[in-house]
Amino acid sequence: MTPDSPTSGPSPHANDNLVEVRGVHFTIADRVIYKAVDLDIARGRITAIMGPSGTGKTTLLRLISGQWRPARGTVHFDRAHVAKLSQNQLFAQRKRMGMLFQSGALLTDLSVFDNVAFPLREHTKLPERLIRDIVLMKLEAVGLRGARGLYPAELSGGMARRVALARAIALDPEMIMYDEPFAGQDPISMGVLLRLIRRLNDVLGLTSIVVSHDVKETLGIADYVYVISDGEVVDHGTPQQIRDSDSKWVQQFLHAEADGPVPFHYEGSAYAEDLLNGSRP
Amino acid sequence: MTTLQHGFNTATGWMVDLGRGAIFLLRILMSLPALVFKPRLIIEQIYSVGVLSLVIVVVAGLFVGMVLALSGYRLLVGFGAEQALGMSVALVVVRELGPVVTGLLFAGRAGSALAAEIGLMKATDQLAGMEMMAVDPVKRIVAPRFLAGVIALPLLTSIFCVMAIGAGGGYFVGVEMLGVDAGSYWSGIQSNVDFGEDIINIFLKSSVFGAIITWVAVYQGYHAPPTSEGVSRATTNTVVIASLAILGANLMLTAVLFGSN
Repeated sequence: MTPDSPTSGPSPHANDNLVEVRGVHFTIADRVIYKAVDLDIARGRITAIMGPSGTGKTTLLRLISGQWRPARGTVHFDRAHVAKLSQNQLFAQRKRMGMLFQSGALLTDLSVFDNVAFPLREHTKLPERLIRDIVLMKLEAVGLRGARGLYPAELSGGMARRVALARAIALDPEMIMYDEPFAGQDPISMGVLLRLIRRLNDVLGLTSIVVSHDVKETLGIADYVYVISDGEVVDHGTPQQIRDSDSKWVQQFLHAEADGPVPFHYEGSAYAEDLLNGSRP
Repeated sequence: MTTLQHGFNTATGWMVDLGRGAIFLLRILMSLPALVFKPRLIIEQIYSVGVLSLVIVVVAGLFVGMVLALSGYRLLVGFGAEQALGMSVALVVVRELGPVVTGLLFAGRAGSALAAEIGLMKATDQLAGMEMMAVDPVKRIVAPRFLAGVIALPLLTSIFCVMAIGAGGGYFVGVEMLGVDAGSYWSGIQSNVDFGEDIINIFLKSSVFGAIITWVAVYQGYHAPPTSEGVSRATTNTVVIASLAILGANLMLTAVLFGSN
């Protein structure tokens, strides 16, 4: 599973997939983000989606969660065609998903406690006493029970993501999507987040999708990895298979090489021509 | 691109925006019944858009009332009709200036704040986060703000009118400073301001203005590009569009409500 040319295809767990993406095409304005992408997310595992910045990794999460719809192709979540769901059906599916946004997406006018309690208050009729206990349990799981009175503006980046993680697991979802969970984290926060993702996945029996371009950290916790570049899946396999891949795309990405199949320079006219001609920006 | 083409594209863009705005308004209106079970959300927003706008409305009401009394007195005294000062101040304030000026102040104070707040929530993924938690932002964020605007503006307009006509505004300048008889001032108001025709109509007018302003504000914020420039443009657009819409709507409403007199 380490071809030199770009490949795409499902993982070997085809009978037990929570998410199936088939032939997805997606464009933003005139820019092609995906061209016929196929991939599977196996139940109970941590699947990583890796690739350089701007390759549409976050877009994939938005397609899976039904925030956006593909131009062609299908996305199935637990056998339901996501793009064909009504809003009520989609919201019912989303109660089974949690998403950790890169920014945390915490509600800034609510305290840490109220942020975690938010989905419980919106979707359940639990008494406030029980909600309090659940919130404290979720915050304890991410190590921030003592910070429940703080507001998002008072939290560090790592703390905000842990609060967002506590909120994401408040309704006990089946799947959690992590959008760049390690970006901008100090080593301690990163280590905490790595352990949390692995532990929550195993203890709660979750299915996890981790979108990231942090190679070492992601390969360290993932069970299965897809590498995306230029709108296609260029390789997929276990972390070891990805490390051993002879794909030039994968090797450039893993070893942080400036130039290769993924160009360092954005496409444009010749440098000398640009410098010599014209006065326009 | 020719000027004609450019004009056509601009007009088409406005029509598309108007259509999207109408669909958005429909979504808001359909979300309103669910708010019956969440009165706290509405009360919080009435505080945010209404109570926090009180200072500017009260101060503006006092100044407008004083200026009207001052200029009205100079006009009326020439005809020996200064005893009609109370009536003239009251009718101008109640029928026109009250709803319009309060609406313009509300668009500047609360409308811009609403657009910026919702735009920033979008830019920081808070709205997307709500959608991912299976919470519809139109129901949870937009609809309570819209309803609060419709409720708050008539109340603010009433306060503006009381301030402009009453003890601190027109009365202070007319009676206390210029010597108009207090009995004439109040009796002129009592005999010429009609409850059914004037008071009910200002509530109708200001409710419509409240709906227009908050509709424009939440639409602009919700559809703002998620960038600092996008939020800034949404805020500016809210004040400009809502202000012009109020002036246009005021003309139409005045023609309908008072046109037969």
